[in-house]
Amino acid sequence: MATITIDKVSRWFGNVVAVNDISMAIGPGITGLLGPNGAGKSTLIHMMSGFLAPSTGTVTLDGAPIWRNQEVYRKIGLVPERESMYDYLTGWEFVLANAELHGLPDPGAAARRALGLVEMEYAQDRRTGTYSKGMKQRVKMASALVHDPAVLLLDEPFNGMDPRQRLQLMDLLRRFGADGRTVLFSSHILEEVEQLARHIEVVVAGRHAASGDFRRIRRLMTDRPHRYLVRSSDDRRLAAALIADGSTAGIEVDERERALRIQAVNFQGFTTLLPRVARQSGITLYTVAPADESLESVFSYLVSA
Amino acid sequence: MNPTVARLTLRGLLGRRRGALLLVVPALLLLVSALASGSSGDGHDLTVKILGQLGLGTLVPILGLVVGTGVIATEIDDGSIVYLLAKPLPRWEIVTTKLFVAIGTTWVFAAVPTLLAGLMLYGTRDGVTLGYTVAALVAGAAYSALFLLLGVVTRHAVVVGLGYALVWESLVGNFVAGARTLSVQQWARSVAETVAGDAAIGADVSFGVAVPLLLVVTVAATVLAAVRLAGLTLAGED
Repeated sequence: MATITIDKVSRWFGNVVAVNDISMAIGPGITGLLGPNGAGKSTLIHMMSGFLAPSTGTVTLDGAPIWRNQEVYRKIGLVPERESMYDYLTGWEFVLANAELHGLPDPGAAARRALGLVEMEYAQDRRTGTYSKGMKQRVKMASALVHDPAVLLLDEPFNGMDPRQRLQLMDLLRRFGADGRTVLFSSHILEEVEQLARHIEVVVAGRHAASGDFRRIRRLMTDRPHRYLVRSSDDRRLAAALIADGSTAGIEVDERERALRIQAVNFQGFTTLLPRVARQSGITLYTVAPADESLESVFSYLVSA
Repeated sequence: MNPTVARLTLRGLLGRRRGALLLVVPALLLLVSALASGSSGDGHDLTVKILGQLGLGTLVPILGLVVGTGVIATEIDDGSIVYLLAKPLPRWEIVTTKLFVAIGTTWVFAAVPTLLAGLMLYGTRDGVTLGYTVAALVAGAAYSALFLLLGVVTRHAVVVGLGYALVWESLVGNFVAGARTLSVQQWARSVAETVAGDAAIGADVSFGVAVPLLLVVTVAATVLAAVRLAGLTLAGED
């Protein structure tokens, strides 16, 4: 049983903030790190795997700092996103070398076991440079599993996999999760995360946007009231037409802003209702802006993904 | 020394195209020496030119650059270094192992051909051949450490290394006397002079200065490379 704790962590590169004050704990079972490309998922995984120092805050594994502490790799297995992996070695030589680098007492047996877990024995004598993307991914998995780690970190593991390989990998990860290992994988595809993860952490634009099981994330996406600021050619008539519909919970006429503040019940319902009502009533919409920009972008992203 | 790191490094270094590139250097030196040994000029002068300028001045630094950066910069560039670093291995062990592989390779591909070329050109007279061979050994070690460090600290190790070896040591060093004090080549030349004895080989830096500088540069570069490798940051895909 192992837990990675991210405590008030920020990371910036020059003027760009990649990760903004995130705290989370990744415990046993499968956790999905969900977010669009560029949200900071890789930055987080690099910090969890000791390849990047947090600018502020701490990243620890069972209380021990991960940055500049190579002893943590006795417990961590890392499957990096990049593909290069000593192309001139065969799959067997590559996994065996990883077992030796871990200083395992019987590296040969460990390599055989790891290659068996990912079902790659049949291609183990071919050079990894000749492998398909899915095969490379599995051999990378084998190299990360060779020392039987308590923690497995995977950066976009399903990228470029065909559906069959995807299912195979999901099965494998489920088995690890069921064993009580801490498995964390990143993805920008909601369906992947929903199928696999017991727990989901959503990261958007460097911020920790939501956390929970997939039912909770789904509920957040659909049930949450959404606030909009709307300006039109006739605000009061528009308000009257909108309030008749069930997808609107409340409308306030803001005299100073010369705008409507609308609270929608249902995000999808409201976004189709508003233009329809405006057209039917002959009203021109000048401004439609989500009032809660950062969270809104999360959910519109999640819905469209 | 970690045997697995050494094996991976050596296979990466000698495999494929780079292996062939490494052979070009000794082949060139031996070919020129074979041609020159047939001519009837001043044997000593010719030997000093070929072993000193072509060998120690050009081929040894180029080989050191290819090997020194080749043992680590390639892996850092393509990201495969992750598989070495995500292990409970001390960083200095990775660096020293890679350095030993680089030094060994430089010796085989630069110092041994220097010895053979010297024997072909001038035999064992005046200790000239021995002097340049020892110089190639020490310069090979210093260049390996220096260029390995470059491979860890910059993504443009080859360009920076070429700048040092060709522009600073060859060009600037030829015109500005002071620049010669900070030149691996000149330090090695000083070692060659001392080994050969009796002004058979000329050097600008005294032996008493050259040896400590060679040691300091080699050791400091190695220590710094280990420190920097421990803090190696992966470029984010984000």
